Amino acid sequence: MSREVELHQIAHARAGDKGDRLNVAVIAYCAADWEIICAEVTKERVGALLAERRPTAIQRYELPNLHGLNFVIDGVLDGGVNQSLNLDGHGKSLSFRILEMRIPVPADWTYTKEEKTG
Amino acid sequence: MGEVLRIGCGAGFAGDRLDAAVPVVRELVEAGGPACLIFEMLAERTLALAQLGRRNGGTGFDAHLLARLEPVLADCLSNDIRIVGNFGAADPAGAAAAIAALARKLGTRTPRIAVVSGDDLLEGGSRSGLRECLAAALPDGVEPMAANAYLGAAEIAAALKSGADIVVTGRVADPALALGPLVAHYDWCFDDCDRIAAGTLAGHLLECGAQVTGGYFADPGFKDVPDLSQIGFPVAEISADGSLVMTKPAGTGGAVNAQTVKEQILYEIHDPAAYLTPDVVLDLTQVEVEEVGPDRVAVRGARGRERPETLKATICYLGGHLGEAEISYAGPNALARARLALGMVVPRLPEGLTWRGDFIGATSIFGDDGNQHLATTPSGARDVRLRLALQGADEDVVEVGLHEFGALYTCGPAGGAGLRTSRRPRFHTASAFVPRDLVAPRWNWSET
Repeated sequence: MSREVELHQIAHARAGDKGDRLNVAVIAYCAADWEIICAEVTKERVGALLAERRPTAIQRYELPNLHGLNFVIDGVLDGGVNQSLNLDGHGKSLSFRILEMRIPVPADWTYTKEEKTG
Repeated sequence: MGEVLRIGCGAGFAGDRLDAAVPVVRELVEAGGPACLIFEMLAERTLALAQLGRRNGGTGFDAHLLARLEPVLADCLSNDIRIVGNFGAADPAGAAAAIAALARKLGTRTPRIAVVSGDDLLEGGSRSGLRECLAAALPDGVEPMAANAYLGAAEIAAALKSGADIVVTGRVADPALALGPLVAHYDWCFDDCDRIAAGTLAGHLLECGAQVTGGYFADPGFKDVPDLSQIGFPVAEISADGSLVMTKPAGTGGAVNAQTVKEQILYEIHDPAAYLTPDVVLDLTQVEVEEVGPDRVAVRGARGRERPETLKATICYLGGHLGEAEISYAGPNALARARLALGMVVPRLPEGLTWRGDFIGATSIFGDDGNQHLATTPSGARDVRLRLALQGADEDVVEVGLHEFGALYTCGPAGGAGLRTSRRPRFHTASAFVPRDLVAPRWNWSET
């Protein structure tokens, strides 16, 4: 039997922008969760979270040394910071939109803060 | 790790803390070895604002430059800490003269100030091919306000090798601010791609200031950062072979750990195997981080390939006007009253405007300009600030739209309060890729 946690429980993330292109790095807190993140945080699921913004292209890059994924997402910033009417024209908040993703984890998965801050 | 060059960062963007460099310089002085202080202060549209300031009779460089340098200039000059900054913006020569005047006021020794130029692609009339290259990147008939190529590290390095105490630049690639001092100090060759890559990665980690020391990072209970109010700006220690340790000044707040460094390694990166800079194509895929002490992280494994054939340029042009208006509703039925207000203003907006609404308190930033979030906003918020953003080519038309919003006080739903409106011109930006032979980077001594 499995259950779900928010991606925010097992990964941290940072957003950056250039023009109308957003990148979001998603990084595992623990090496043990890297495989789950690789399997679950697909570009299709990222695209679904941002569907209202109609992304035109999504690329996913794996950085196993850093236990990180880098998503490069085009067309979701309403033209970018100099053209958007959004208070968040940079898309800086969208890292936390991605971290809302629900991730299935094994029933015996436990959250240990020591591992995160260690 | 033997002798290192220490590079500290005193600002990561134009709006950064004015006193950030003070603990950094203290650390560099106490460490005692060769050192350099960099300032990164040019965002994409900063140069357009600087050009506008210059046309309006103001300065074409950052107004905070002198406030940033005043508390550290004397210590830097007396301890041979070189200063490199892109704070020249649209007028590097003017910025250099202002720094020279500051040095006289402070009674320091006379600094040798170098000015890097050639980034401004609109200066000196049109060069054959250049105007066409820029025009191809712009909508038809649009005149550029500013067009600047991202220069590499070569001119910064040459000026430092010639004995410059301070190097003032306009647009350069941000990592070049650190790569230039490394090339000058260690005599690295630009065709030694892995060392140039290591120096570029050091610059990339430094150039956003506190973003690598716990800024843009804290998430209480998940990523806790001590003493953010006194956050220390980064210092990189780089050896001749390109080995790199990221740290921060003793006694400051913030944190340098594997997590802060990993996040900044990937900040604004697209393909991590090919980060394009003027000096190298940086490959981050083999990079590793290791915590080697308190607030000390070693970063290894940067690889480089030959630099791109073209230089990126950012072009800014006038982009119409942005109007913003807000009014608050609170208590019972607050969201419904805010929704009613938006619904009555929108049909009265004049032709020629695009608009976006937000119900701040229920939704403010996750939605997009298509306004689909308005329909899906959950009800129940009891303290809501309605925001209406308007974009139009004509400032008078934007003003009419804002005036309609202002009438909500007496014509709108019950209990509307705290109405504010504002309007400002916008700059749009475009990118062009310019053949290197159309760009002439150079440096010279400041004449004052």
